[in-house]
Amino acid sequence: MRHGDKVKKLSRIKSHREAMLANMVISLLTHRMIKTTTSKAKALRPVADRLITFGKKGDLAAKREAYRVLRDHNLVKKLFEEIAPQFASRNGGYTRVLRLGTRLGDGASLSLVELLTAKPVVEKDKKGKKAKIKEEETKKPKEEKAEKTEVSGIIAPEKLAKKE
Amino acid sequence: MPLPKRRHSKARGRKRRTHWKLAAPNVTECSHCHQPKLPHRVCPHCGYYNNKEVIPAEASKPAKT
Repeated sequence: MRHGDKVKKLSRIKSHREAMLANMVISLLTHRMIKTTTSKAKALRPVADRLITFGKKGDLAAKREAYRVLRDHNLVKKLFEEIAPQFASRNGGYTRVLRLGTRLGDGASLSLVELLTAKPVVEKDKKGKKAKIKEEETKKPKEEKAEKTEVSGIIAPEKLAKKE
Repeated sequence: MPLPKRRHSKARGRKRRTHWKLAAPNVTECSHCHQPKLPHRVCPHCGYYNNKEVIPAEASKPAKT
């Protein structure tokens, strides 16, 4: 029976685990994509989802809640103004975990966690990245409407955006 | 303290160990570069997953052939 085992403990005490996960979300939100072990990647998902939900809520209370984890006003600002609006049309599940393989030294299974808006790392510079994301945002609603009228458009708007 | 009463023959031990077997990993073909790769994992050779998703460049991971 695995009743009541909701929290993955990751061989850490509560404070250690919470500190580690907080550090990891900070990295995830700043870099949009991070590489960790598969277990940590999976444990990170609910933490990231919770923060992005705060970002979508957008009020002062939510900002303070987010600050409790992020401990950085600039990052809270980035979360509320840049990251969260990109997920306006999505309810939860804002991250993707891709398995990469095993680590050489200890054989640990590694994964990549990314925000669903993340662009491939091949990006040239920060300016290009931001510009592209903004383009996506503006194009998305139009495409969605177009698809609703044309029943043939089965491809998800997200996929379309990626092809660009 | 319990102690073995009789010597274990070589055959006895070996018969028990006939069930120790290695299973080959289930290898699939990468849909992009057609190299062998493990299922449900990003291809270590080309960094693609599910046909058209580019994840880090090949340079980051030396291809283990």
